[in-house]
Amino acid sequence: MRALQGLALLLLAQSAGELLVRALRLPLPGPVLGLGLVLALLAWAPARRLVAAPVEAAAEGLLAHLSLLFVPLGVGVIAHLGLLGGHALALALVVLVSTLAGLAVTGLVLQALWREPPPPLPPAEAAP
Amino acid sequence: MSGFVELWLYLSATPLFGLTATLVVYVAAHGAYTRLGQAPWANPVLWSVLALALLLLATGTPYEAYFSGAQFIHVLLGPAVVALAWPLWQRRAELRSRPVALAAAALVGGGAAVAVAVGLGWALGLPVPLLASLAPKGSTAPVAMGVAGTLGGEPALAAVFAVLTGLVGAVLAKPVLDALKLRRPEVRGFALGTAAHGIGAARAWQVHPAAGAYAALGLSLQVLLAALLLPLLLPPLLRLL
Repeated sequence: MRALQGLALLLLAQSAGELLVRALRLPLPGPVLGLGLVLALLAWAPARRLVAAPVEAAAEGLLAHLSLLFVPLGVGVIAHLGLLGGHALALALVVLVSTLAGLAVTGLVLQALWREPPPPLPPAEAAP
Repeated sequence: MSGFVELWLYLSATPLFGLTATLVVYVAAHGAYTRLGQAPWANPVLWSVLALALLLLATGTPYEAYFSGAQFIHVLLGPAVVALAWPLWQRRAELRSRPVALAAAALVGGGAAVAVAVGLGWALGLPVPLLASLAPKGSTAPVAMGVAGTLGGEPALAAVFAVLTGLVGAVLAKPVLDALKLRRPEVRGFALGTAAHGIGAARAWQVHPAAGAYAALGLSLQVLLAALLLPLLLPPLLRLL
């Protein structure tokens, strides 16, 4: 039941996101705004007590099978490969090289800037 | 035999076919992936997609007939994106402790992917509408379609490039990140979410929970950057080409 309540909440947040995107003509997709709304609910203490457990249950179920959700779209992609026409080889090369560049640069930049958060002060030193 | 053909025609015209085929094929692909120790090349999205595409081709089933059933799975992508709020919330303290590193990696890494895609595509002589469809491919497919539309690209092509990007990233991340000696699950996950959006994040999620959470953040940041910055920065550049 928890997971169903959570799914209802996520769908409500997505719907609210879609409405806001259309009403305010935002350049964002509805689900991303929905994500922001759920974060706002979780950050607001009175709402958190109501939504945290259901959202957790639904999120764990959905995210555990996230890859399944891409399959119908992926099949459509194969069905539309003909659209690539004469440029298929160049496009394959571009997708391959740019994705590898994105992976490598993102990883290297984050690794270079990575700092462990400072450990909390030991109580003995903090006291005068 | 004709009885079988009739039965097949009936089944493939109902939504039941697309839904059942997707689930059965995915369960089989995921079983193989688990048995192979989650080897990246055994990616369950990749093999499910190929097997289903072959099935449609072999039986002459149009994609629309398949999608009438598969849409019940597809529609859950929306709430799944919303659900990424949960891993972000769980790790909020940790994520807040390094905002500069994460923002810089998202901006530089995502920017590098766009720059290489547009630059290499231009060098290879691709026409501008194709370049506009390639530019947002690092964000998830629905975002890429919207952004490509505003850039003068072709939304259907943008979805194709986005899915191919996700598959390439999910399959090749391990050898690339291993070769660069990037071992932290957080760094690997963030790179996957940034470069390969939801398909990469799904892979990260399967391998390590911390990698999954950082992938969720990486993909959310790319969606924001693609939606907010690309329509501002790219049109002047494309006009020059």
